[in-house]
Amino acid sequence: MFKLSQLFSPRGGVHPELHKQHTAEKPIAYASLPPQLYLPLRQHAGAAAEPIVKIGDKVLKGQPLALSAGNVSAPVHAPTSGVIVAIENIQVPHPIGLLAPGIILESDGDDKPVTNIDTGKTNGDLFQEPPEQLAKRIADAGIVGMGGAVFPSAVKLNKSRQKVERVLLNGSECEPYLTADDLLMREWAEDIINGARLIAYITGAPRSSIGIEDNKPEAIAVMTKVCESFSDIDVVVVPARYPMGSAKQLIHAVTGREVPSGGRSSDIGVIMHNVATARAISQSLRGGLPLISRVVTVAGGAVKNPQNIEALIGTPMRDLIEQCGGLSHDPARLLMGGPMMGQLIHSLNAPITKGSSGLLALASDEVNATPSSPCIRCARCVSACPMGLMPLEIASRAKSDDLDGAQDYGLADCILCGSCAYVCPSHIPLVHYFQYAKGELSLRSLEQRKLEYTRDLSASKEQRLIREAAIKAAEKAAKAAAKKAKAEANKKAREAKAAAANARENQAGSEVQSNTIADAAETETL
Amino acid sequence: MQPVMIDPIASPHAHDRFNVDWMMRQVCYALLPATLFGFYLFGWPSLVLWVITCLSALITEAICLIIRGKKSQLIARLSDSSALLTGWLLAMSLPPWAPWWIGVLGSAFAIAIGKHLYGGIGHNLFNPAMLARTALLISFPVQMTTWAHVLPINSAQAPGLIDSIGIIFNHQVPADGSTGATALGHLKTALSQGLNATEILSSDRVSPASTLWGASSGSMGETSALLLSFGGIWLLALRIIRWYIPISMLLCVAILASLFETIDPQRYAPPLFHLSSGGLVLGAFFIATDLVTSPSSRLGQLIFGAGCGALAFIIRTWGGYPEAVAFAVVIMNAVTPLIDLYCRPRIYGHRRKISRQSTAHPSLQPNSVSEGKSGQGKEKNPLVKPERP
Repeated sequence: MFKLSQLFSPRGGVHPELHKQHTAEKPIAYASLPPQLYLPLRQHAGAAAEPIVKIGDKVLKGQPLALSAGNVSAPVHAPTSGVIVAIENIQVPHPIGLLAPGIILESDGDDKPVTNIDTGKTNGDLFQEPPEQLAKRIADAGIVGMGGAVFPSAVKLNKSRQKVERVLLNGSECEPYLTADDLLMREWAEDIINGARLIAYITGAPRSSIGIEDNKPEAIAVMTKVCESFSDIDVVVVPARYPMGSAKQLIHAVTGREVPSGGRSSDIGVIMHNVATARAISQSLRGGLPLISRVVTVAGGAVKNPQNIEALIGTPMRDLIEQCGGLSHDPARLLMGGPMMGQLIHSLNAPITKGSSGLLALASDEVNATPSSPCIRCARCVSACPMGLMPLEIASRAKSDDLDGAQDYGLADCILCGSCAYVCPSHIPLVHYFQYAKGELSLRSLEQRKLEYTRDLSASKEQRLIREAAIKAAEKAAKAAAKKAKAEANKKAREAKAAAANARENQAGSEVQSNTIADAAETETL
Repeated sequence: MQPVMIDPIASPHAHDRFNVDWMMRQVCYALLPATLFGFYLFGWPSLVLWVITCLSALITEAICLIIRGKKSQLIARLSDSSALLTGWLLAMSLPPWAPWWIGVLGSAFAIAIGKHLYGGIGHNLFNPAMLARTALLISFPVQMTTWAHVLPINSAQAPGLIDSIGIIFNHQVPADGSTGATALGHLKTALSQGLNATEILSSDRVSPASTLWGASSGSMGETSALLLSFGGIWLLALRIIRWYIPISMLLCVAILASLFETIDPQRYAPPLFHLSSGGLVLGAFFIATDLVTSPSSRLGQLIFGAGCGALAFIIRTWGGYPEAVAFAVVIMNAVTPLIDLYCRPRIYGHRRKISRQSTAHPSLQPNSVSEGKSGQGKEKNPLVKPERP
């Protein structure tokens, strides 16, 4: 039903072909232990972790290999027991195959965990611990947002403590092909709900909700059943529409409120975590093992037996593909994540990281790579944009390097979801233009800051010079005054000398001497 | 020669089935019922004129592309049906028995001046077909207002194919009064003679029933409001056009017509007559909805449609031309950039519609650092990008 208010409120979104049926009905498989694990030091948003092991070190499963560096960072742990064979630039998921620092761990096959973990924790114990301590343990476990944003979870929890009224778990999984979260909710519902309760406990939020798209009836049923035993947590069914998994869109669908532009979701009292993150938090706090594995959807037209598979972080992608029956033919495109916002990867030698929700090997008919043609201003992108932007206007400005114009049309509010490019009949790579313009803008603001810094420096130098000149002048004046005083004193002395008797002469002389010494000292300091 | 652009491999790595060729083809299919009915009503001459008009549009497109040094795009542009569609729409709006040079000149004007002078597909300000039609109407008023009577192709008096070529190329119009006025023209003339609108419209020739079905004089493709509506609904169902423009345009005409009919039924025609006659339905579904020349936002499209409807009604009722839709659309085309500038959708997370100052994201504004200039701000290294979650 059309409402007048819709005219003025952004809705947008698209309904891409989902392709989820190939993996949604198979249970999660478990990957076998790979001979070598490749662990990039930067699997999260923020600074890369700093290694604390040496080549040749024997490590146990769950042992930290690199610690977080700085406020926004996350540690990296050994996913299995074995020997560190290299700390160097390794293959990481990257569009053109650039290398990045990482650790190579050779598995010894024993999969022996560290001994000092306390596995016997019950929920009751956890809810007795102070929230700060739990957040600290989440940080130490290297848990990051597993929906793809890979922002360190503990940082997010700490920032929003006492500020949120509602924990929102993101179980919408709107990206085509991906079913990892769907299956997690079906198979690990209790851990996810427990994770939500822990997040609520840590942040002090009185209630929690789990947003699930209406195309996942099994997950909704299982999660609702588990929620029944808790009064402060419920399942909210949201319409299936891409990009429902985007924080802003899901928050709007569940709460009816919009996150203010440039703000965070905690500004309107909401903290959002992915369901996989909630499970990781619950398992790590209870079981003690840090984040060393995750569920990955391996799918795409070129994969023989697509399925969800729980793999150790650092498992080479090739191993996972092999365990899914291998490739039936050369894929047209390899992706990490979903097809809408996923990242192009160069080779299957790259490992699974904390943020790899999917590994897609798409056949050429799935990619639909048609060359672009001129924009015909059909405004399909305007209808599709979930943020209420006019992508055609932003793109045309970005194309001609009119960054101010692009900004004026709301470039900064773009979430790069790709809905516009998905529907563009001219196949214009709109997201590419937006990424370019955003990059140029942040470069420009960096330049601007450099300039301000330089200006600051020169201004403060000028001020310093003025200050010093003032001090000099003051000292000069003081000196002059002193001289004058001395002269006067001399004069007086002379007068006194002339007038006074011989007995008082010695005393006047010593006074003059002390004045001279002070004068000299003052000159030194200049 | 422009450098060859190679598309980057960028997300999203999926796409729906829409592409420009397909959309243009669907518009052509949607025009087909009304066009075939036009051929039936006005016989072979209208078919010959249609072929000439469409062919000249394609030829002009090719010539323009070659002149502009875009030979490499020749096949892509000719096969995307946009030039064909321009010619087709122009033919639909021409008198069905107009001489051949009207079609050729119109198409050449539409493609060369209406489209390529602005920079080719996607850059034109005005709907090329309507621009050409208004130019023709002003330049050649006699040829553009000589309307053939309805003479179904299977009737005895209908000219054969050979005769038709004669009619179109040598303008050998049979002299037996085979031409007449359109419903709107008839109404206008009769009203100016002091006749009563109700009486005029009760005559069989211009009754709403005949204009609705389309068995009346008029441009080749605009007479059958019913068949054109079917085409329009087809386009709406495929979501190639949105309903905002057609509905607001038709509604605006209906409201204005009802208003004035209530005021004085003697002088103003009823809404059904306005809706079913002339190029209104063709204009509402196929011409005003032209993607390139209409606004992008929902609100903008509603305003645009209403403007088209209001102007069409005003020009029909008080203007010099009874057939007003082309003028209305062209005038509103000129306003489109302005509408686009002011009718932007509200951006998520912004309270009001954006204005020039408020759009810039706080974190991207260059002065975001200068606030922290004094005090500790000075110690910050400007070369390290601050972490932004």
